[in-house]
Amino acid sequence: MAASGIVFVLFVLVHMYGNLKAFSGEVAFNEYAHHLRIFGEPMLPENGLLWIIRIVLLVSLVAHVGSAVALMRRARAQRPVKYQVKRNNASSLSSRTMRWGGLTLFVFLIWHLLNFTIVKINPAGDQSADITENPYRLMVSSFDLWWMTLIYLVAMLALGFHLHHGTYSALQTLGWVNSASARAKAKIAGWVIAIVIAGGFSLVPLAVLFGVID
Amino acid sequence: MNLTLKIWRQASSSAPGGIHTYQLGGVSEDMSFLEMLDLLNEELVTKGEEPVAFDSDCREGICGMCSLMINGQAHGPEVTTTCQLHMRSFKDGDTITIEPWRASTFPVIKDLIVDRSAFDRIIQSGGYISANTGSAPEANSVPAPRDKAMHAFNAATCIGCGACVAACPNGSASLFMGAKITHLGDLPQGQPERYSRVVGMVAQHDHEGFGGCTNIGECTAACPKGIPLDVISQLNKDLRTAMVHGF
Amino acid sequence: MADTTTYYPGLEPTNEPSVQTSDDAAGYYTLGDKLVDPKAPTGQIEQRWTTRKFENRLVNPANRRKLDIIIVGTGLAGGAAAATLGEAGYNVKSFCYQDSPRRAHSIAAQGGINASKNYKSDGDSDYRLFYDTVKGGDFRARESNVYRLAEVSTNIIDQCVAQGVPFAREYGGLLDNRSFGGVLVSRTFYARGQTGQQLLLGAYQAMERQVAAGTVEAFTRHEMLDLILVDGRARGIVARNMVTGEIETHLADVVVLATGGYGNVFYLSTNAMGSNVMAAWRAHRKGAYMANPCYTQIHPTCIPVTGAHQSKLTLMSESLRNDGRVWVPKKAEDCDKDPRDIPVEDRDYFLERMYPSYGNLVTRDIASRAAKYMCDDGRGVGPQVEEKQKDGTTTLMRRGVYLDLADAIARLGRDKVEEKYDNLLDMYQRITGEDPYQVPMRIYPAVHYVMGGLWVDYELQSNITGLFVTGEANFSDHGANRLGASALMQGLADGYFVLPNTIADYLADGPFEKLDDSHPAVQEALTSVTERVDQLMSINGERSVESIHKELGHIMWEYCGMERTKEGLTEAIGLIRELKKEFWTNVKVLGSADSLNQDLEKANRVADFIELGELMCIDALNRRESCGGHFRGESQTEDGEALRHDDEFAYVAAWEWGGEDGSPVLHKEDLIYTATKMKARSYK
Repeated sequence: MAASGIVFVLFVLVHMYGNLKAFSGEVAFNEYAHHLRIFGEPMLPENGLLWIIRIVLLVSLVAHVGSAVALMRRARAQRPVKYQVKRNNASSLSSRTMRWGGLTLFVFLIWHLLNFTIVKINPAGDQSADITENPYRLMVSSFDLWWMTLIYLVAMLALGFHLHHGTYSALQTLGWVNSASARAKAKIAGWVIAIVIAGGFSLVPLAVLFGVID
Repeated sequence: MNLTLKIWRQASSSAPGGIHTYQLGGVSEDMSFLEMLDLLNEELVTKGEEPVAFDSDCREGICGMCSLMINGQAHGPEVTTTCQLHMRSFKDGDTITIEPWRASTFPVIKDLIVDRSAFDRIIQSGGYISANTGSAPEANSVPAPRDKAMHAFNAATCIGCGACVAACPNGSASLFMGAKITHLGDLPQGQPERYSRVVGMVAQHDHEGFGGCTNIGECTAACPKGIPLDVISQLNKDLRTAMVHGF
Repeated sequence: MADTTTYYPGLEPTNEPSVQTSDDAAGYYTLGDKLVDPKAPTGQIEQRWTTRKFENRLVNPANRRKLDIIIVGTGLAGGAAAATLGEAGYNVKSFCYQDSPRRAHSIAAQGGINASKNYKSDGDSDYRLFYDTVKGGDFRARESNVYRLAEVSTNIIDQCVAQGVPFAREYGGLLDNRSFGGVLVSRTFYARGQTGQQLLLGAYQAMERQVAAGTVEAFTRHEMLDLILVDGRARGIVARNMVTGEIETHLADVVVLATGGYGNVFYLSTNAMGSNVMAAWRAHRKGAYMANPCYTQIHPTCIPVTGAHQSKLTLMSESLRNDGRVWVPKKAEDCDKDPRDIPVEDRDYFLERMYPSYGNLVTRDIASRAAKYMCDDGRGVGPQVEEKQKDGTTTLMRRGVYLDLADAIARLGRDKVEEKYDNLLDMYQRITGEDPYQVPMRIYPAVHYVMGGLWVDYELQSNITGLFVTGEANFSDHGANRLGASALMQGLADGYFVLPNTIADYLADGPFEKLDDSHPAVQEALTSVTERVDQLMSINGERSVESIHKELGHIMWEYCGMERTKEGLTEAIGLIRELKKEFWTNVKVLGSADSLNQDLEKANRVADFIELGELMCIDALNRRESCGGHFRGESQTEDGEALRHDDEFAYVAAWEWGGEDGSPVLHKEDLIYTATKMKARSYK
């Protein structure tokens, strides 16, 4: 759980950095997207790096979801009779919503891939090559729709929550939180990563919606 | 004060259980929570009803025998054991829901009494230092750093009550295990078996059916002895090292 | 107190056997033969245990797995013995009434454990620990046993450290010691205020390790209801499975009782709710002698009773008396006032007044009695609690005296006081709801430990062959009074080091004839237990078990508590006999016998407490002297100090069960000292 989670944290960090390229304009953004495909050539074939990343991510996803399901099953089997009254005293909202947050992110991920990677569905309706071959235009055209931006913002909220507990939890599971001060730092790390990543991702759709990027 | 008590009654482990409601008057705020239940039982006996079964022994917060989920909180609203909880934490007219620890690894035996022998089995699978009687070296021949010894002591104050399992949404016993692993792993005497200990205990924990830890932190908040989450991280660290070194 | 110790090698007696001239208990008992410890060692005191260990027979390791040992109780004495005997390769069956061996009441001991390590280089030695213990016990303990205790005390510390007991340490990483209980050396090892817990967990873990190894089988939630004797030899027990209600028999080559003390005969004590005398009392009824049952230790600094609902009492460490001043109002009408509004001139600092040199630090028994006198005088403080008077009426009494930390807080500052007593004061606040930094604490004495118990010889074997008794359950090491931090020492000494050696000598004759449940002696024990349970279930009277236990406790506390008199004890015996009748004709036990039934468990225990209570009163009545935890009003100095009568009572009173309608038989074992000489104690 922790190891695959850390792969995702690193991935979304890089992904977010890439997204912020949108602020540098269409040419720089598309250049970056294209460069990803030919990264490492000629040592790697075209799209080589991308496929390596995709495979690592897919394996991590299977591990992450698999662990989550296993944990959930064990928890269910362990408490077949529920409490009539149960109060939570210490847990953060984010820690209690990991499973829902994870599910939300999973559903979002499918849409996200359909939207930008696999089918390149343009929700604005224009399916011309001009759009599908130009990542920057596809993005702008998508986020010009208020509800698309909303979907992305909701997803980023879920991501922020997930990262807030996930980051701290991963550090704990890996055995790096062995004192009160380490705990305080790990909690801060959770906040920082959650805000930076969810915030960083949200900037682009918001910027498009409000016309900063067009 | 007068109270409405909603108490889980269950005749045996196989019988179905349910909440029964009792009205209890004449409760003084100086009573401990268990003395309040004693009072209820005395009334029930007078009326010819079978008293509510619940565990308690030392009634001074150290033996770990008492349990009880009180209004959804393990050991009730204060950070202490149920036996040290006093009725001044409640007020006249309150409704109090009392349930047993809920976990399939802690099956209900009767009413509010559960079977916590799974904890003993976890200890059996490594929660000790192998030192046969008579084989010990002179006590001061191995100094132990003072802060390490105090850290070990703090972890060793666990009373094995099971509140951590009861409060955990996953029903994990990681805090209980981590406390023992930290206690013994912090002392020089505990080093030789450090890694086989964690592997053995975790295997037994999982085999018993305790849930996995998702680092939520309800356990430490419910722990009457304030065992910190650090011990779980320590457990994970030792487990990681053990796995790397092929224990 | 400065004290000069003279060394005696243990070769010549220093006293004559006593001759009892008084006979206060005439008519209540029969005098039996004198008792001599058949295993008593001789020779120089330092050599006795070494010689015995060498002379005792050993059991071939290959034979050990053919030998079955039953150990009842999993506290320090029982848990340590189970672990050690399991390691040695015997087949051990361990029983406890709790849900886990780790919950035995040894866990609640706070202060520490003594050992003559002399790490402080302050002149400690085995001999000094021995001497302090014998003197602290008011010269009513057997010297050979006590010397052995002192001798093995150092091994205990080594063993516990090796097991991972996290004792307090100094900055250099070596073990720390503190002084405890009015002795002049620092020999107490401790783990903050939870030493008992840490030692017990060490023994528990060692025992669980043997459970995993298959040498120890643990029977939790099992209560011993009877002892099985075959041809005069202890061969097993009848136990009730407290979950299923099934009455089971368990057979073995030897039976060990490590079942703790019986302080709950007083209903209110610092013992655990489940602590009881049943195992020991069942053995007593089968012939084992009960020794010195009247020796009861009462601790002066407990949290007072708040009302009729009180179920148990909680100890506050005695160290508070180092900084607290004990007082009550001079005028009874001030007793319900806020203590802070009572001016100093209206306060009676009675310990400082009565014992000017020791003041608030007088011994436990003196401090306890003084507090009682103040409250009897109508000057107690705290909530009024209903009390039954001798004439049967009830009155409201305040049972508590102030322990005031105000001066200490003014002198040292709140921070220092907090640092010293932090946990303790928190616990006080949780229980009473009062802030001890603002309002004087209230304290009152409570029953804490019993020095009496089943009689055993030097090898811890009772007068029943094959029945060994260890820890608080036996009478052997503390005499009439136990020093602080010595209970843990005795439990572990017995469990780790003494019993495993002496039991081997007994088992060297084994394995004994194989038995099964069909043996008539086994069937007879089973039938008698079943009949007793059926009888309890069928009385179906009016009174709850709890109410009868409370009444017994009241009688015991009133007449056989801090101060005992001939008149009171005689009255108490009458009352207890009536209560016994009331119990067996009018008790109400609900539920069924074939399931978990806490009411039935309690009924079984209370039935035995009633019989024990009577014997305690008879023992107290006979012993017309004051010694240690036994204070007879008739035997005090002009200043109210305890007055011992060595010429009459330097003996162990071992009582034999006299039958259902007979009277108990007193066997006297003379206490002859060779390694020390009897002296009077003085704290003026």
